[in-house]
Amino acid sequence: MKARVFVNLKKSVLDPQGKTIHHSLQSLGYRSVNDVRQGKFFEISLDPTLSADQARAEIEKMAKSVLTNPVIEEFRYELEAVEAHP
Amino acid sequence: MKFGVLMFPGSNCEHDAYHMVSKVLHRPVEFIWHATKDLKGCDAIVVPGGFSYGDYLRTGAIARFSPVMEAVREFAATGGLVIGICNGFQILLESGLLPGAMLRNNGLKYVCRHVYVRVETGDTPFTGLAQPGRVLQIPIGHMEGNYFADEATLAQLERNRQIVFRYCSEDGQITEAANPNGSLANIAGICNLQRNVLGMMPHPERASEALLGSDDGLVVFQSMVQSLELLTTRS
Repeated sequence: MKARVFVNLKKSVLDPQGKTIHHSLQSLGYRSVNDVRQGKFFEISLDPTLSADQARAEIEKMAKSVLTNPVIEEFRYELEAVEAHP
Repeated sequence: MKFGVLMFPGSNCEHDAYHMVSKVLHRPVEFIWHATKDLKGCDAIVVPGGFSYGDYLRTGAIARFSPVMEAVREFAATGGLVIGICNGFQILLESGLLPGAMLRNNGLKYVCRHVYVRVETGDTPFTGLAQPGRVLQIPIGHMEGNYFADEATLAQLERNRQIVFRYCSEDGQITEAANPNGSLANIAGICNLQRNVLGMMPHPERASEALLGSDDGLVVFQSMVQSLELLTTRS
């Protein structure tokens, strides 16, 4: 089982890095860019014997307690079943 | 009365704090390694600056899970004095010992220079010897010092006089130009509701001897000593 966790600053929190990237994209001529938010991405391999429910519980727990600071960040994630190697 | 200075992998201001306590304050001081839960009977704990765990994930995010922080949480809950400086402040925020969080500086640069901060309240064990309104010249050195809290938390901090230091101009004006990192309400340091835990981004230990360019920071530690001495006399 593999989990992909995406962490972003909450919408109410200013993102100085995203803002700078936005400005630099605009100055490079990418006029279609309206906004940029920078985040983090984690790829987590889990014990293959976990059920999907167990995996979800584990990921949510670690995302809330470690991977994010809930004061400023929010997260979403997706699970992917990994085929067992013979 | 004994001070304890925590050491995490990546701390780099612990010797400055140790020097200041032993050679300037002339008080006993011990280092405390992050892997222990034994605070060695210390009466005040310094969580020093640096880059604990390389600042990986978020500043202070890994250090908060160190065994020593469990002991610090218990120590703080019983009224023990805890001061977190720079990365130490970030660790206290991640630990939930202080409210809010740090964002990247609004200028996106590491800022390392002397700044002015105004003492907002003398009603803490860390500022008891400083008059409110007094301006201190103390250096900062950080990349993530842009203090953030939601509106409700900020209102609470204001209402309970938990904002201890604000960035200001040389003459004590709270202006945007005097704010080095974009901190909400020019916040440079806050305390908890019980007033025994302080976090501040400026480094008072780096401004504790005239030789260092300023000894304005010493009042923070002298206040701690005074408050601990009062406790001892009373008990």
